[in-house]
Amino acid sequence: MSLDNAEIEKIKSEAISAISAAKSLDDLREVKISHVGDRSPIARANQGLGQLPVEERASMGKVIGTARANINQAFDDREKVLTAERDSTVLIEERVDVTLPTNRNPRGALHPLTILSNEISDLFVGMGYTVQEGPEMESSWLNFDALNIPADHPARTMQDTFFIEPLSSGLVMRTHTSPVQIRTMLENEPPIYVICPGRTYRADELDATHTPVFNQVEGLVVDKGITMAHLKGTLDHFAAKMFGPGVTTRIRPSFFPFTEPSAEVDFFYNGRWIEWGGCGMVNRKVLEACGIDTDVYTGFAFGMGLERTLMVKHGINDMHDIVEGDVRFSRQFGTGAR
Amino acid sequence: MKLPLSWLSEFVVLPKNITVDKIVAAFVKVGFEVEGVENPAESIKGPLVVGKVLAIEELTGHKKPIRYVGLDCGEKKTRFVICGATNFAEGDYVVVALPGAVLPGNFAISARETYGKTSNGMICSARELGLGDDHNGIIVLQEKNLKVGAPALDVLGANDPIIDIAVNPDRGYAMSVRGAARELAMALGVPFKDVNSKALITTLERKKKRGKVTPVVITDKSGASRIYLRSLTNVNPLSQTPSWMARRLTQAGMRPISIAVDITNYVMLELGQPLHAFDAAKIAGSLRVQRAGAFKELVTLDNQKRKLHKEDLLIADDKKPLAIAGTMGGLDCEVTEFTVSIALEAAHFDSVAIAQNSRRHILSSEASRRFERGVDPALAEVASARAAHLLMEFAGATYLGTASKVSAIAKRSTSVSAQEISDLIGATYSDKELQKALTSIGCGMKKNGKKWSVALPSWRPDLHNLPDLAEEVARFYGYDRIPSILPSVKLSKNGRSGLTPLQNRKRALALKLAHRGLVEVHNYPFVSDHQMQLFGFTGDRAKTFTIANPMSDEYPHLRTHLTPGLLAAAARNLSRGEKSVALFETGSIFRNTEKVETPGNISTSKRPSAAQIKKIYESVPKQALHIGGVIAGEFVGSGWWGKGRMVEWSDAVDLAAELITETGHEFSVHNVELAPWHPGRCAEFRVNNKAVAHAGEIHPRITTALGLPERTVAFALIVDAIPFASPVQAIPVNTMPAAIQDISLFVDQKVSAGDVEAALVEGAGELLESIQLFDRFQKPGESQVSLAFSLVFRAPNRTLTSDEVSALREAAGASAVKKCGAQIRS
Repeated sequence: MSLDNAEIEKIKSEAISAISAAKSLDDLREVKISHVGDRSPIARANQGLGQLPVEERASMGKVIGTARANINQAFDDREKVLTAERDSTVLIEERVDVTLPTNRNPRGALHPLTILSNEISDLFVGMGYTVQEGPEMESSWLNFDALNIPADHPARTMQDTFFIEPLSSGLVMRTHTSPVQIRTMLENEPPIYVICPGRTYRADELDATHTPVFNQVEGLVVDKGITMAHLKGTLDHFAAKMFGPGVTTRIRPSFFPFTEPSAEVDFFYNGRWIEWGGCGMVNRKVLEACGIDTDVYTGFAFGMGLERTLMVKHGINDMHDIVEGDVRFSRQFGTGAR
Repeated sequence: MKLPLSWLSEFVVLPKNITVDKIVAAFVKVGFEVEGVENPAESIKGPLVVGKVLAIEELTGHKKPIRYVGLDCGEKKTRFVICGATNFAEGDYVVVALPGAVLPGNFAISARETYGKTSNGMICSARELGLGDDHNGIIVLQEKNLKVGAPALDVLGANDPIIDIAVNPDRGYAMSVRGAARELAMALGVPFKDVNSKALITTLERKKKRGKVTPVVITDKSGASRIYLRSLTNVNPLSQTPSWMARRLTQAGMRPISIAVDITNYVMLELGQPLHAFDAAKIAGSLRVQRAGAFKELVTLDNQKRKLHKEDLLIADDKKPLAIAGTMGGLDCEVTEFTVSIALEAAHFDSVAIAQNSRRHILSSEASRRFERGVDPALAEVASARAAHLLMEFAGATYLGTASKVSAIAKRSTSVSAQEISDLIGATYSDKELQKALTSIGCGMKKNGKKWSVALPSWRPDLHNLPDLAEEVARFYGYDRIPSILPSVKLSKNGRSGLTPLQNRKRALALKLAHRGLVEVHNYPFVSDHQMQLFGFTGDRAKTFTIANPMSDEYPHLRTHLTPGLLAAAARNLSRGEKSVALFETGSIFRNTEKVETPGNISTSKRPSAAQIKKIYESVPKQALHIGGVIAGEFVGSGWWGKGRMVEWSDAVDLAAELITETGHEFSVHNVELAPWHPGRCAEFRVNNKAVAHAGEIHPRITTALGLPERTVAFALIVDAIPFASPVQAIPVNTMPAAIQDISLFVDQKVSAGDVEAALVEGAGELLESIQLFDRFQKPGESQVSLAFSLVFRAPNRTLTSDEVSALREAAGASAVKKCGAQIRS
C-alpha cells in the first residue's frame, strides 16, 4: 500500500461514510471491526509508518493521526446517535408486560404455629431464658407423679390421657409440656429460667376449638426470692408482646396439683377477658421431687395453649384450619417475615 | 355444682338487692369458675296465677281423657279451661297460665276453641314451665294458705337464679350448698350462717325410741375411718316429697325419686356428705365396711351386674355385698315402696379407695365425686342426723338409735407468719389481715411470737403448709392486689444461653424448605394398620407403638415415618383443588425398637437417686426428630410461558442433599431399595457412613392407592442423627486461572455415577477444584453407559501448564479405570 495524503483521505472518507451508513448499533459494531479496529485500513496505515523514510514519517504520522481522530470522532458521534435511537425506539419495542404472572416456582410457607413458637422462644431467649424440649411419649412418672398427680388423684382424670400399650410400660403421650420442667430441674440446679414449647396430647375430639394433638408453651423459673408478683410481671410482659402494647393480664384463683398457689390467667383483648392458661407458684412437692431445697428456692410456672393464642391473635375461628395442613391456610402467614 | 340462690341465701347473709352478676364475680374472684346462670322464670312472661279447681267435667268420646275444668283464679267469673291431665281433683290448687302469658319455648297462651269448648288458659305441668322434666301430670300445689289469683312463680319459688360453679379437685367441701356459701360469704365479706351441728345431734337423741338398731362393723380400717348407721322405723314409704325439696333437687340437676332417696340426696347437696338409705329388713346381721374379697358380683341400682374386684371397698352384711362403698348402692337392699325400716349409713371413706372403686367400675356418681375430692370427716354424724330429722318430719319415721365405729379426727395444724406469706406472694399482708382471712375459712388462729399457730379445719384436707395458706390469704384479698414485677433473669449455671444447635438447625432446615417452595404441615402422628401395610415398611420402620385408648380404632399406632401423614395431607390438598402440592413437616418419630422397662414405683417425696433417674430416663424410648417432604405434580408450574415440569426423583434427592449440606457435612449417596420408595429410585444419604436421609420416588403402588399423581416424590432426614459440625474454616478465594478438562468414559450400567465420580476425584488429587457430570447416555440395548465429566483444576499459587493438567486428567481417568472398570473414550 502506498502511503500518501490522498490515500489517507480515501481511507478516512470511506470509514466515515461507512460509519454514517450504519443503521444500528449492530451495524456499527461491524463497521468498527472493518474501519476502526486493529485490522482496519487506517490502523494498518499507521502500522506502515515504520516503512517510510525517516523524514516522511513525522508529517505522514500527523496526517494519519488526524484522520484517525476524525474517524474515531465520527464513530463516537454515530454511536451516540444510534444509542439514543435505540433507547428511544428499540427499547420501547422490546417492552414486555411485567404484570404477566411469573410464578413458575411453588410458594412455600412455615406453619403459623412454628412461627408463633419461634416468636415466643425468641421473646424469652431475649430475656435470658433458654428453650427446653423433651419427648412427646413420656414416662408417667415425669408426666404425672413428679408433678404431684398421684395415680388415684382426681386430677389425673382431669386430663384424658393416651396410654401406650402395654399399660405396664408406664408410657403415656404427654398431656402437657410440664414433664420438660421436671427434666430441667433434675438436670440443672437453680437458677432456672426456661421456656418449654412443644406438642401435647389429650383425648379430645377434634372440633372447632379442640384437637387431640395440640401445642403448649410453658415457662418455669426457680430462683431465690421468686414471688407471685414476678409471675404476674412475666405474664403481663408476655401478653403485651403477644397481643400488643397495653394488653394486660388478670390472674384468678384456681387449682393445679403442681402449683400452690394456683391461678388461671386471662388477658384483656378487644374489650373482653379471654382465658389464656394456667399458672402458679411451683408446688413444694414438685421442687422436692426434683431435689430442690424449698427453704432456699421458690419458683413460678405458667402454661398456655399455642393454638388458642394463635386463634385469638389471627382471628382464626376453626381448629380444623390449623390441623388439616391445607396449603391455603399456611401460605397466608409466609415464613413470618412480616 | 348447681346452686339455687334461695338455698345459698339460707347460709349467707346476702346484701339487700345484690345482683346475680355481683355474686358471679364474687365466686370467680375466689377461684370458682361460673359455668352458667339459669333462671327458668325469666323465660315466662305474662299472667301465671294460682287457681282453685271448682268443678271437673270429663269429656268423653276422645282418644284420651279430656277434662273441662272450672277454676277460681281470683276473678269475678269462673274461668273454664281444657286440660288433658287427670292427676287433680276438685278443691286442688293448680298453676294457671292466662291468655297473654308466654311460656318457655315462646309458647303463647291464648283463648281458643277446642273439643267443642272455649279454653280460656292452660293448667301447667312442671315441664311446660321449664321447672323440671315432670310431664306426667299438671302441678298440684301442696303449699298451705294458698291464695287464688296470686302470682304462681312466687309460690313455686321459681324466680330463683341457679348459679352453676365448677369445683376444682382440691375443694371437695364446695360440692355442697353450705361449702359454696362459705366461699361466697368470704368473697362478699358478709356473715356465714352455719348449721347448728350440736343441736341437730342432741335433739335427735332426745327423740330416740326403743327398737332394733342395726349393728355396724369396719372390717377394713384402710377403707373407712368413721361410720354412723342410724336406724329408723315406721317410715311411710309413700310419703310425698315436699315440693320445695323436689324443686331444689331438680334445680341442682337431680331427679326426685322417693322420699328416703330424696332426703339423702338433699342432705348431700346441702352439706356435702353422701348418705345411703338401706332397707334395714334386708340386712342380715351387721352392716360391714370391707373389701370384696370372696364376693364375686353385685347388681347395682342402675340394674348393671358388676363383677367385683377383690380390692373393691364394699358395704356388705354378714352374708352378701350390699353396695359398692361411696359409689353406688346395690339393687337388692334398695329402699322400695314397701320399706318401713331404714338403716341410714353415713361414712368417711378413704378417698383413694373410692377413686379406685369408681375407676374400676367406670362409674362416677354424685357420691364418688365427693368422696374422691375429700369429705369432711366430721360431717357424717351431722349429715346423718339432719337426714334422720327430715325422715321423721316428712316420712313419719321413728328414730331408734345409732350404731357407729368412729376413730378420732386427727387435729391438724401448721404455723405461718405474715412475713412468710408476703414473701411468697410478693404483696404485703399484715398480721391482722392474715388472721381475718384464715379465720373466715374456718382456721383456728393463735399468735405465737411472730408466727401464727393455725388449726386447720377438718373440711379442708387440701391445707397443709405455707403455700396453701398463702393462697387462701391471697384469694381472700383478691389476686389483683399482687403487683406486676419482671424478675431479673440470671444465667443458668451450665452457662447455656440462646438456642441450642439442634434448635437452630431445626429452624434453618424448615426455612430452607419453605424458601424452596414447600409448605409446612403439622400432621397428627397417628397411623392405621392399613397405612402400615400399604407403605410396606420393613425393619425398624415396621415396629409401631400402639395407643391403648386411641381417638379412633382405625388409627391406633404412632407413626414410624413422616411419609404416611405427608402423603395423606398431599392427597387432601389435591382433593380440595390444588393442582400440585409440595409439603414438609418436622416432627417426632416413634419406633418400638428398644426393650424399655418401666422404672417401677419411685417415691416423689425426695429427689430420686442417680440410678433411679437413669431408670426413669431409660424407660422412655428414643424418639428421633425427622424432617421430610412430599412433592406431587409439577415442581415448575405451567403457565402462559409454556409447559411446566413434573417433579421427579432428582428433585427430592436434591432437596435432601441441600439439607445435609446445610448441616456442614460431607455425604455420600447410594442406590438402595427401601419402602415406601420405588425400589429402583431411592437414594440413601450417608454421613460418616451412617444413613441419615432417604429420597426418591414413592412406590407407584402407594401413589395409586392414595390417588396421588404418578412420580410423586418424598424425602426424609433424621435431623438429630447428623452430628454438629465444627465452625466453618474458610478456604481463601483462589484468583489463579482455572484449567478445565473434560473426560468421557464407558462404564457398565450397574456402576453408579457416584462411584465413578468418587474414583475420578480420588485420582485427580488436590488440585481438582470441582467436578460435574455434564452428559450421560446409554444406547438402547447396550449394557454400557457413557458418562462425561468436566473437571476444573486450579493451583493456589500459579497458573497450571497444559502438560500438568493433562497429566492430572489422565490420573483421574486411570483411577476410574481401576476402581470402576471404566474405559476412557478417546
